[in-house]
Amino acid sequence: MAFFIETLLGGLMAGMLYSLVALGFVLIFKASGVFNFAQGAMVLFAALAMARFSAWVPELLGLESKFLGNLIAFVLAGAVMFVLAWLIERLVLRHLVNQEGVTLLMATLGITYFLDGLGQTIFGSNIYQIDVGMPKDPVFLFENVFQGGVLVSLEDVYAACVAALLVAALSLFFQKTSTGRALRAVADDHQAAQSIGIKLSRIWVIVWFVAGITALVAGVIWGSKLGVQFSLTTVALRALPVIILGGLTSVPGAIIGGLIIGVGEKLSEVYLGPFVGGGIEIWFAYMLALVFLLFRPQGLFGEKIIDRV
Amino acid sequence: MFYRENGQFKTSYSADQQIFPIAQDRWMILALIAFAFVGVPLLVDEYMFRAILIPFLILSLAAIGVNVLVGYCGQISLGSGAFMAVGAYAAYNTQIRIEGMPLIVSLLTGGFFATLVGIVFGVPSLRVKGLYLAVTTLAAQFFCDWAFLRIGWFTNNTASGSVSVSNLHILGWTINTPVDKYLFCLGFLVVFALLAKNLVRSAIGREWMAIRDMDVAAAVIGIRPMYAKLSAFAVSSFIIGVAGGLWGFVHLGSWEPAAFSIDRSFQLLFIVIIGGMGSIMGSFFGAAFIVVLPIFLNQFLPWAGSLVGVDISTAAVSHTEFMIFGALIVWFLIVEPHGLARLWSIGKQKLRLWPFPH
Repeated sequence: MAFFIETLLGGLMAGMLYSLVALGFVLIFKASGVFNFAQGAMVLFAALAMARFSAWVPELLGLESKFLGNLIAFVLAGAVMFVLAWLIERLVLRHLVNQEGVTLLMATLGITYFLDGLGQTIFGSNIYQIDVGMPKDPVFLFENVFQGGVLVSLEDVYAACVAALLVAALSLFFQKTSTGRALRAVADDHQAAQSIGIKLSRIWVIVWFVAGITALVAGVIWGSKLGVQFSLTTVALRALPVIILGGLTSVPGAIIGGLIIGVGEKLSEVYLGPFVGGGIEIWFAYMLALVFLLFRPQGLFGEKIIDRV
Repeated sequence: MFYRENGQFKTSYSADQQIFPIAQDRWMILALIAFAFVGVPLLVDEYMFRAILIPFLILSLAAIGVNVLVGYCGQISLGSGAFMAVGAYAAYNTQIRIEGMPLIVSLLTGGFFATLVGIVFGVPSLRVKGLYLAVTTLAAQFFCDWAFLRIGWFTNNTASGSVSVSNLHILGWTINTPVDKYLFCLGFLVVFALLAKNLVRSAIGREWMAIRDMDVAAAVIGIRPMYAKLSAFAVSSFIIGVAGGLWGFVHLGSWEPAAFSIDRSFQLLFIVIIGGMGSIMGSFFGAAFIVVLPIFLNQFLPWAGSLVGVDISTAAVSHTEFMIFGALIVWFLIVEPHGLARLWSIGKQKLRLWPFPH
């Protein structure tokens, strides 16, 4: 039982991180109809920027405090993501308005290649560490309930908390600020939003920037767990089933879908994996999403697709 | 002046319905095929065959398969690499498990099994559309990657996980020099390209296009979506599977699942988009572009670097290659979203009026 709960918790933590990446996808898809394959590359790029800045900044400024160094590095990396968002809107999206979905998807694949190359050209292709001072020690919970208790890595708990905080902050931003309302208006109806004076190009920059920030946070968390390396880009591929499970256009869907996929992956790997040779994590999530879509084609919370001739 | 159909009167239905109704087209294609079979082997050196021509032929073939599905039937698929893998491994297993199996039969068997897998993974397309479908086809990709890596039976339980074939021969013709390989692939490509060209203008091809343009409307006028979509998946994955078999047997010789990874799927989709969706001709253009571009950049960048006096390291070259490749893709999509095939048809229109455009 304790082992089951451990696995479940591990799945939830992983799911939280998937949700973060998935959130970036959903934000961009809602606001601009672009299926952003570059999200994984953005995670890597942001993490690389963060890792290098957190090494360079204290060196340049002679800072002693690690916290301050990390903070400045984070802000700088955020600025880099803003420039990136602006450039993408300016150079790519603006010229591809009204193209088909698959063309836009291909364009983001092009951006993926570009970012992969650019990130490694600027920041180098070694494996970097990000140390944001998250505790690495495992702790035991519920020791009086189960024998031996439940082993939980504190790092995961912190990561999940950060992710939850970010999600909360985002939903506040969407609900309470005027920019957030403008974003939701654009997501609902491009033309109506334009007609009341919302600038689409500005909204796109903001949305890509917000997606960039979620990529940055995801990159920092994954990076401090696994090291910043090229394989971070595969995180995006792990997050894809999440969004189709949750619905391409739904923010809560991304979060709940992430949790389901995270738990499903871990449980299947532990309880099903040994029978079929292991390593089934990667396709199990896709199969889960696929089977689910057969019954509900728009995902858990997606808008119902109505076709008219 | 030279490219006009004036005066070419059709006197029978079969003449009116031939694949290339314009005589100039017909002669051009025949000349091209003849040149590819006879001229190219005389002119080209071994490196060209190995690095450019053979990959180009096989990727064109695979791209035709992808084009049937994506370009003609409108079902976006990111699982093409998986179907290639199925084709390659099924052909491999047929070849080694059945004594004296003819090479062509095993390649076609590979295509057959790819068809089966394609139909299975095409079933969601009946419920799921567009980008959702694109993501679900990734399930095929990851499942096949996993299956060929982990299930020993498929790889004949080789310890390293990589399989190899040698001794390719058909009817006493041993295929071992690059020229032989080139001719072998070319034969397949010509046959399949003509078949595909014919198929897409037949009744079933028109059904696919109706489904692509609007599936609800197509269903209303009596096209069965299930039959049309699944047949597109079947035909497409058959061609892709044969291409996969060729890629493994002829181009690589020995391979492991990474040869058919998700990058291969993306590459094939790139070929189709850049070449032009819904165009057999476009598949060739796209494949040529995708095969030649990295090689060109690889040669060109160090040369350009030495020109300005900067010594570019290999790692930097590969990163810059990535960047330029990505930027070119984006640039290309912006400039000509309908692909090289559109440029080709614009060129043909111009040529018709040339040199008196008014």
